[in-house]
Amino acid sequence: MSTADPVAVAEVPAGQAAPVPGPLVAGLAWLRLLRSELALVLRRRRNLALLAVLAAVPPLLGLVLRFSSSSSGGNGTGPAFLNQVTGNGVFLAFLALVVESTLLLPLAVAVVAGDAIAGEANRGTLRCLLTVPAGRTRLLGVKLAAITAFCVTASLLVSVMAVAVGAILFPVGPVTLLSGTTVPLAAGLLRLLLVALYLAAAMASLGTIGLAISAFTEHPVGAIAAILVLTLASEVADSVSQLGAIHPYLPTHWWLSFDALLRVPVTWPELGHGLLSFAVYAAIFTSVAWARFTTADITA
Amino acid sequence: MNSHPGTGRDEISFGRGADADQVAPRPRATGPWTKAPANEREAATPGVDTPRFPARRAAARAVTAPGVTAPGVTAPAADVSGLAVATVGLVKRFGEQQAVAGIDLAVPRGSVYGFLGPNGSGKTTTIRMLLGLIHPTSGSQRLLDVTMPAGANAVLPRVGSLVEGPAFHPQLSGRANLARLDAADRTASARTAATRVDAALDRVGLLAAATKRYRAYSLGMKQRLAIAAGLLQPRELMILDEPTNGLDPQGTREVRALVREIAADGTTVFVSSHLLAEVEQVCSHVGVMRQGELVFQGTLDELRGRGTPRILVRTSEPDAARQVLARLGLAEVTAAGREVTAQLGGHAPETVCAELVHAGVPVAGLETPRASLEDLFVQLTGEGFDVNG
Repeated sequence: MSTADPVAVAEVPAGQAAPVPGPLVAGLAWLRLLRSELALVLRRRRNLALLAVLAAVPPLLGLVLRFSSSSSGGNGTGPAFLNQVTGNGVFLAFLALVVESTLLLPLAVAVVAGDAIAGEANRGTLRCLLTVPAGRTRLLGVKLAAITAFCVTASLLVSVMAVAVGAILFPVGPVTLLSGTTVPLAAGLLRLLLVALYLAAAMASLGTIGLAISAFTEHPVGAIAAILVLTLASEVADSVSQLGAIHPYLPTHWWLSFDALLRVPVTWPELGHGLLSFAVYAAIFTSVAWARFTTADITA
Repeated sequence: MNSHPGTGRDEISFGRGADADQVAPRPRATGPWTKAPANEREAATPGVDTPRFPARRAAARAVTAPGVTAPGVTAPAADVSGLAVATVGLVKRFGEQQAVAGIDLAVPRGSVYGFLGPNGSGKTTTIRMLLGLIHPTSGSQRLLDVTMPAGANAVLPRVGSLVEGPAFHPQLSGRANLARLDAADRTASARTAATRVDAALDRVGLLAAATKRYRAYSLGMKQRLAIAAGLLQPRELMILDEPTNGLDPQGTREVRALVREIAADGTTVFVSSHLLAEVEQVCSHVGVMRQGELVFQGTLDELRGRGTPRILVRTSEPDAARQVLARLGLAEVTAAGREVTAQLGGHAPETVCAELVHAGVPVAGLETPRASLEDLFVQLTGEGFDVNG
């Protein structure tokens, strides 16, 4: 590295090109920028508040179910998993993920993804980063990685919080799956982990759409709003049976297909469809974001 | 601070910047710049304390700076290689509007180049193109002999820059903001990051405020933090876009002193401004923009040389002096109190003096003041109210 010592660096003769870093050094430098980006995203108060709201939902759900369970008795009309929760606290996690995946999780992802580029452009810090130079493709890659990390964090946070609250408020034991099979608690928790990661993949896919929108504007609020409108429109379209033909192609259609993981045997085709849908959306919108961001005039 | 034979009367008319610098005591003695490294540097260069001919000193330093080739001051554009910044026919159109209309910049290495022009004349657009932030509509550009924007990753680590005012994350401290920019630099070593960040903060006098959030910084501190970002690495070229914009006179002086220091280290400095007085005091070369066109480029002395030479006679008999000057055929003879001025035309000042004495006019003083740079600037750029949409 050229900067081993600040005093020695000053003696680098003029006209010498900056050294081309090897793959290892470049990789380390990339990780350093990613660390900086993650610190920026995860220490930002607004994002912490979002995570706090996500984490507050399982306790609220748990308390409501705990103190109304005696009267409700389970008539089978609530969301999936609602009736299993009182029997096994682990199901609070599945319930919380289902409840939050319609609005709260997409909202958090929209805020982080919409802000990723538009926010930096709006503050003017984007031009500073690019003149460092951070490299446009490199910066986009780091932003994408940070959004994905945020999605995984959010999804796992909800799951862990729900299991903890569920263990306090309800009995916990071997998990009876949707197919009627009962598996040991450890196996049940492993399946919960897979469910959380599946949902994180769904959110990361939404994150790439957000990143692409973010690359087109200098107004983070506009980008965030656009992502939410898109999500809600997709969810509404998905609930209209007349539009059944396009349902499989909607970005939100496969989000709740994770119940395939709660059957024995696991219904892999459905999971595979979901993951394929996420991958295709991610590929398309990452390309759009890249094409836009690497050629855009940064005038902010 | 009154008329001085060497520099001419134009110094008086320059306004706050020039006057303030010559009358006020040096800010360093009491200001936030009294950091150890700055003081050491200053002690090593005696004479920096008298801000009388800063531009010349900067130029002289630039020429003698080690490891830097300084081209002849009269023909900076003769050789395209060896220039710190070189553009050929650089054009930028935003839709219908032509922001930059084909300019050929030639910034010699080691120079302090003042990029002048009124607001909206295309300075910032040019700088954004130089740094690869926006793509030129046509034309080409080289920074330190590397073609931009293709060579951005290779050359930009050697270029420090401040574009259109400071921009940082308000919730982070000054130190954290610099650390983030350093983390983005793939040529920077993580091991020395903390040392370099603090050295940069120290150099702009912000070390004491390093942990303060950026949002709590004053405008001057923000501007200095932005300059510090350019000092995280040793640079061969600093591009500073309006570094004193919005600063009070004290802050302006501080930034000016810093620009001189950077130039003294052998770094080429390209500084844009809409304030002539500011540029005049630190620059060896100037380029003047008007409505997207480069209407002048050369040394400061070349710019001064464009003015019409005048003569000023101080006498107790202004009427007699006026008659003599008129008889000699000098144009625009005007008397104001005990001072008579006229355009010198092709006459030698000593001949005029001899004629005056011969005619019995008591000559108390005689000067050949140069045209005010400000007048030249306004001539080049227009009065400033004719901005085209």
